[in-house]
Amino acid sequence: MRHFIALCCCLFGLLSSQAYSAESSTSTSPSANQPPAELAPLMLELTKAKYSKLLPVLKKIEANSDESMLPLFRTMMNGNLYFIKTNKQLVQLIEDANQKTYQGIFSQQLVADLSKRDVSKIKVNNHLRSYLRNAIARIQLTSSSAEVRKNAVRELLSSLDEETVTTLERLYSSETNQTVKTEMGLALAINTARQASLPNSTRIAAIERLSGSLENTARNVLTQLTNQDNPAIKAAAEHALKKITQRVERFGFLNQLFFGLSLGSVLLLASIGLAITFGVMGVINMAHGEMIMLGAYTTYVVQLMMPNYIDYSIWVAIPAAFLVSGIVGVLIERLVIRHLHGRPLETLLATFGISLILQQLVRTIFSPLNRQVSTPSWMSGSWEINPVFSLTLNRLYILAFSLLVFFALVMVLKKTSLGLNVRAVSQNRNMAKAMGVKTNWIDAMTFGLGSGIAGIAGVALSQLTNVGPNLGQDYIINSFMVVVFGGVGNLLGTLVAAFSLGIATKFLEPMTGAVLSTILVLVFIILFIQKRPKGLFPQKGRAAE
Amino acid sequence: MKIKTLVSAIALTGATLVAVPSWAADTIKVGVLHSLSGTMAISESALKDTVLMLIKEQNAKGGLLGKQIEPVVVDPASNWPLFAEKARELISKDKVDVIFGSWTSVSRKSVLPVLQELNGLMFYPVQFEGEESSKNIFYTGAAPNQQAIPAVNYLMNDLGVKRFVLAGTDYVYPRTTNKILEAYLQSKGVPAKDIMVNYTPFGQSDWQSIVSQIKKFGSQGIKTAVVSTINGDANVPFYKELANQGISSEDIPVVAFSVGEQELSGLDTKPLVGHLAAWNYFESVDTPENEKFIKAWKTFKKDPKAVTNDPMEATYIGFNMWVDAVKKAGTTDVDAVEKAMIGQKFPNLTGGMAVMNKNHYLSKPVLIGEIQDDGQFETVWETDSTVPGDSWSDYLPSSKNVIADWTSPINCGHYNTVTKKCSGEN
Repeated sequence: MRHFIALCCCLFGLLSSQAYSAESSTSTSPSANQPPAELAPLMLELTKAKYSKLLPVLKKIEANSDESMLPLFRTMMNGNLYFIKTNKQLVQLIEDANQKTYQGIFSQQLVADLSKRDVSKIKVNNHLRSYLRNAIARIQLTSSSAEVRKNAVRELLSSLDEETVTTLERLYSSETNQTVKTEMGLALAINTARQASLPNSTRIAAIERLSGSLENTARNVLTQLTNQDNPAIKAAAEHALKKITQRVERFGFLNQLFFGLSLGSVLLLASIGLAITFGVMGVINMAHGEMIMLGAYTTYVVQLMMPNYIDYSIWVAIPAAFLVSGIVGVLIERLVIRHLHGRPLETLLATFGISLILQQLVRTIFSPLNRQVSTPSWMSGSWEINPVFSLTLNRLYILAFSLLVFFALVMVLKKTSLGLNVRAVSQNRNMAKAMGVKTNWIDAMTFGLGSGIAGIAGVALSQLTNVGPNLGQDYIINSFMVVVFGGVGNLLGTLVAAFSLGIATKFLEPMTGAVLSTILVLVFIILFIQKRPKGLFPQKGRAAE
Repeated sequence: MKIKTLVSAIALTGATLVAVPSWAADTIKVGVLHSLSGTMAISESALKDTVLMLIKEQNAKGGLLGKQIEPVVVDPASNWPLFAEKARELISKDKVDVIFGSWTSVSRKSVLPVLQELNGLMFYPVQFEGEESSKNIFYTGAAPNQQAIPAVNYLMNDLGVKRFVLAGTDYVYPRTTNKILEAYLQSKGVPAKDIMVNYTPFGQSDWQSIVSQIKKFGSQGIKTAVVSTINGDANVPFYKELANQGISSEDIPVVAFSVGEQELSGLDTKPLVGHLAAWNYFESVDTPENEKFIKAWKTFKKDPKAVTNDPMEATYIGFNMWVDAVKKAGTTDVDAVEKAMIGQKFPNLTGGMAVMNKNHYLSKPVLIGEIQDDGQFETVWETDSTVPGDSWSDYLPSSKNVIADWTSPINCGHYNTVTKKCSGEN
């Protein structure tokens, strides 16, 4: 538990440092208010040229410019560059949650009273975008921030042309920051290793310099070199490549493991509520998936109500989804399941009917189309540990969140009086009744708890998949699979089952493809259940009947 | 004998008596066979509305052959066998003169025997895998050579792509299209090791390891692109995962054949910007015809945010060609209209003329567009002229020598040009 808290702290620390770095990188925009006079005709050309003619114009702009052109290039790359039709002034589109405003690209001042019709967009395609990305990197090579310089060098690794190399060589000698210097050295080594005209010894030294690097470009250059005739170069490249491959494979394995854990966390979240309603209460609840769906739609509604605070919406959505799904769960229990106690077949049919009703209800209210749930900015992107190993943030948070929910639930069942009563009723209903436990009330609460947790799962799933009426159906089979595999009535079993199924699926997928891996996992579970009908962790003792 | 005649005479009189008071005899009936519920409703309901709009417009112009057109709308509910039942109902019970309908290939294959048995007529408006030609169906959507092959050519010639990932959902359209593409790429000298084929189930939501495989495949220093036949809403988590793993459209562009304006509407398109799609129509194409069509559609839907897409244009062309063919034939009789259809010309919404060919496929222009952040496409490439649809792919060994030609003397949907035989297959 302590470790877990430490992990959470780590995550938050990481998050805040990331947010900080993002801010610092954007604050380097210069204060120049006007474009240099000699660039004015080029700016005018920018507003007139067609796609295919834009590149030469941009090249000219880059050739006689400095950091003051960064906002122009950046805005254009993001597709937010417009010009005012009447006076050809370049403006930047700024989109807030509910309104669009335009500001001068150099003056940074708001241009008032511009509507969509007054401006025209300067369009970009992939060609231009990749050019702009490199141009920005080239300009940033001389930036005052070491972090920016380092990223600029890395950006340019894959497109080293002569001009860039000369610039890098010039800057290399004067560079003071050690990390930036290392990156520059790497870039120059990549270039040197490629030059067939250079003497072998120089090239081999460069190849050795590349041998520890995980950068893609370094690896590709080495691979190309192993196909060459020059035996000395070939041997050196092969040696260097072997070292890299070993490291890459190790990180590839870690990557697979993370994918597996992430899928496991989704399975855990989806099935943990079912582990209570099905595992502890013994109710086959086919509407469990729809509880997840309700949670996801609750997230959507919460975001609709607070469009300006998307980043915080998740914190509101979690308790809201718990309440919505929990209340619906209690209602289902009180109105339907209670009357079918001890008749599993009828319960199955009734809950299946309820699931259809809930789906149709959502279709009627929200339309059959999928709804768009935004990802808060702190959950998007990835944490890049090195060039071959990065963890996507949303999945990392969901992994931590699923464990948090799991332990919270275990605590509720182990440490609270509600938990004590739940366990008493599930183990021996009549005896619990005789001891004065209100079994009716406990049943409703248990079902509400299970459904509420399914609702929370819905919040997490809304960040990963489509929010639509069929969301629940996609997860119901997997949920049952996990609970049965783990052993009915055992929360720890659910945890182990979810993660082992997740990891198994993800390690099978690259070998067999997504379709076959799902089938193989199902076949495995069928065989396993034949052998051990009570799952991984069967309940023991008198409670097991 | 006499009694029989008498009975039939009475029956006939009865039928006339029933028919006369109703106004149905004076209308031309058009069947609309699109799913209005179930998984396909998202895409198909827009086509139902398109047909209704076109009928309304035609009636305002005075109808057809002096009669009003009456739509008969049925709901096959995304249930493939139900498509066949509903088609039978439309032709036998409602006596429709033509059907506009169907989206998935499975549903078309389910309707086909019914159309042939009852000699009905259907217009099919969606891009598909080809390898079919029936006397009773006109295919106004794109065949693989009007969508997939030009897209791959664009990737090879304009973007310099040398490695290809063929990613698709696991069903008939992606499998056939990818088979054709694989054969085509190999014929262009792309070695087998530079082609990666991957299939995923419907509604795939966990793309982590597949995207990581694509990333690995695409980072070998050779320009790589993904050719995607991924269907429906599985696309959203796919593009999201691409963005999450830091793959931008500049590194590995994705060209999709099933992602259109309708699919993008109401989506966060930020992670998709710069990725490509190949179609015969984009809403963003600036022509007077298109502007008029979009305006009419928004008015008809009473929704200023309603979008148009490629299958809607295909429906538009199909409907108008049918109207012209009926005028030319002077009747709605299926055989006469079928003959009059071949050679029909109608202006595309994107400019140029669409022509109905002898194999019941259209000649259409091919456009490739980049996704913009407003959910629209920006055309980056288009064919110089129209491309005739190829019913039987030249790149598959089994259909290399096969053509379809519904004019005499061949009159066959599966004619082998080497053995000079008509197999009778569709």
